[in-house]
Amino acid sequence: MKCFTSWQGVQKEKNSIKKVMRMKQFLTFVQKEFYHVLRDKKTLLILFGMPVVQILIFGFALSNEVKNSKIVVMDQAKDISSQKLINKIEASKYFDIEESIHSQGQIDAAFKKGAIKMALIIPAGFYQNLVHEHKAQVQVIADASDPNIATALTNYANAIVQDFQTELNTGFEMPYTIIPETRMLYNPQQKSVYSMVPGVMALVLMLLCVLMTAISIVREKETGTMEVLLVSPFKPSLVILSKTVPYLLLSFIDIIIILMMSVWLLGLPINGNIFLLLAVSVLYIITCLSLGILISIKTTTQQAAMMISLMGMLLPSLMLSGFMFPIENMPVPLQVISNIVPATWFNNIIKAVMIKGLGPSFIWKEVLILTGMTLFFLFVSLKSFKIRLA
Amino acid sequence: MYSVEVKDISKVYGKEKLVAVDHVSFSVNKGDIFGLIGPDGAGKTSIFRVLTTLLLPDGGGATVEGFDIVKDYEQIRSRVGYMPGRFSLYQDLTVEENLHFFATLFGTTIRENYDLIKDIYVQLEKFKDRRTGKLSGGMKQKLALCCALIHKPTVLFLDEPTTGVDPVSRKEFWEMLKRLKAQGITIIVSTPYMDEADLCDRIALMQAGKILSVETPAHIINNYGDLLVEVKADNMYELLKVLKEYKKALNSYAFGEYAHVSFEKEIPGDFLPFLQQRGLSGIFMAPANVTIEDCFIKLLKS
Repeated sequence: MKCFTSWQGVQKEKNSIKKVMRMKQFLTFVQKEFYHVLRDKKTLLILFGMPVVQILIFGFALSNEVKNSKIVVMDQAKDISSQKLINKIEASKYFDIEESIHSQGQIDAAFKKGAIKMALIIPAGFYQNLVHEHKAQVQVIADASDPNIATALTNYANAIVQDFQTELNTGFEMPYTIIPETRMLYNPQQKSVYSMVPGVMALVLMLLCVLMTAISIVREKETGTMEVLLVSPFKPSLVILSKTVPYLLLSFIDIIIILMMSVWLLGLPINGNIFLLLAVSVLYIITCLSLGILISIKTTTQQAAMMISLMGMLLPSLMLSGFMFPIENMPVPLQVISNIVPATWFNNIIKAVMIKGLGPSFIWKEVLILTGMTLFFLFVSLKSFKIRLA
Repeated sequence: MYSVEVKDISKVYGKEKLVAVDHVSFSVNKGDIFGLIGPDGAGKTSIFRVLTTLLLPDGGGATVEGFDIVKDYEQIRSRVGYMPGRFSLYQDLTVEENLHFFATLFGTTIRENYDLIKDIYVQLEKFKDRRTGKLSGGMKQKLALCCALIHKPTVLFLDEPTTGVDPVSRKEFWEMLKRLKAQGITIIVSTPYMDEADLCDRIALMQAGKILSVETPAHIINNYGDLLVEVKADNMYELLKVLKEYKKALNSYAFGEYAHVSFEKEIPGDFLPFLQQRGLSGIFMAPANVTIEDCFIKLLKS
């Protein structure tokens, strides 16, 4: 038997019992949420299948690099120089020489079939012209029905020809040649994964976190369990908090999966501090979770919650976050909207930390904005949590 | 001392001003089983939701265990047990997990109040690792009752607990309620089944948001007032049609295998000849035992 010397002592003991009770309530609630997720195969599949599939799709299939494009070569010269040039082109990873052909008609036919993207024509007397006139021509014909690819291919071809020319000129003195030396910072090979991975991370986390939590509270309303929950001494903050914890942990696993895949599968280096990267990712997850909670509290059916999180969140995150299209090129109203899309800020953070290897002093603004958004969402959620049915 | 006091409560829904509860008043004694009896749409669920603080009344007020349903909703929520009409437990959790969850939610443990639910829970124990969604209807109701009881509430609100449950389970369920009453718990239960009304201490007969009468079942039956007879004939369909044409009867309606006919004082002498004259054969007639259903039908008519 305990003896209390003062009334405060009794109060203290009472408060500590209350705290233990609250903690137990919270843990049981979290455990219940975990059961919901882990026992639903569909949820699990979305939770862990989606990041993997997204990374694979955006990393490999939807690459905007042009690789192994099929071309044809019409070599009318057939001399040492033309052979050298063709070998050089064949050696590059951008081009696959489909066949050597002999007439203009065959080129047209190949283009019409859509079998090739570019044709290279080396006219007769290529070597002769080079040696005697110091000037020779090649013709590059590209299929410009997709202008981006055509431009990329002709640029690659130009670069190879330029390279070829420099090799020829070694040893000779060329008057007045300006060779511009460009350096591609942070992404010297201009790989598309560099812009894809941060974008996919922002997108996948947004989708998962918002969608999962958006459904979680509204599901209790729909199945009627909210009716029983309300007639109990729980606190709204307890529900909100315990709904977010399981998804926070599971999304964290997703981040690890995405990062491991991008490093080992896509060859993307993590240039910055990994702990900083993880910390800002957790912040972003919390932002998305609180947004999901807000949607869940404001809606009355799972379907509505799903539509809002898919339409309202996926599209802006995909289109307006700077992932697909540069924000600078958007009309002003869309630029304004892009500012309130959390993915925009996370995109910046990830690029800065992961690819540029920058430290906390470069991302404090974005971190502050995401924190502000989170607090706003949580505040509005708590305020609009209905303690009654209607 | 009253456990629940309801004064002039009204509840109106939506823009169409649909009146679900219309100036209803009643009180429930501590430790009573109080029944709200009435067909679907009578306003029973709305009253339950107002008393469990889930809905605000549009007029009037009520207290539960002395606490105001609007001001002191937090006090009420930790003291009452509530079982909604729709099954509202987590279907993807097992029997034991559900019970554990609700015990913890109210800051208690299964062990602490086990003796209160023991009689019910022993029947569930062999399914304790089964997902709740895979239980039969009767088992689900028993589990829901356990979950509503696990924090030892002083008042228990049961909204149509026996709807959709087989007759044997229904009987069992009411026996459980009697045992809970013996523990001093006030029970407010709603049901559309008139035969369950006799099992309550007091009942409120409801229709279209209004309370027709609040009394003990015996008192309601004793005050029936009219003379009730049961009539049978070979052709029941024809009999009911003919009875409607007999103007000296106050009311007539099908009741099980009989037709119930009510008269003001005594059976008029021309009643039997009237039936025979209409070509009915095999006529059997006897005084009938008045049931709550008869009283309800009479109340509806007046």
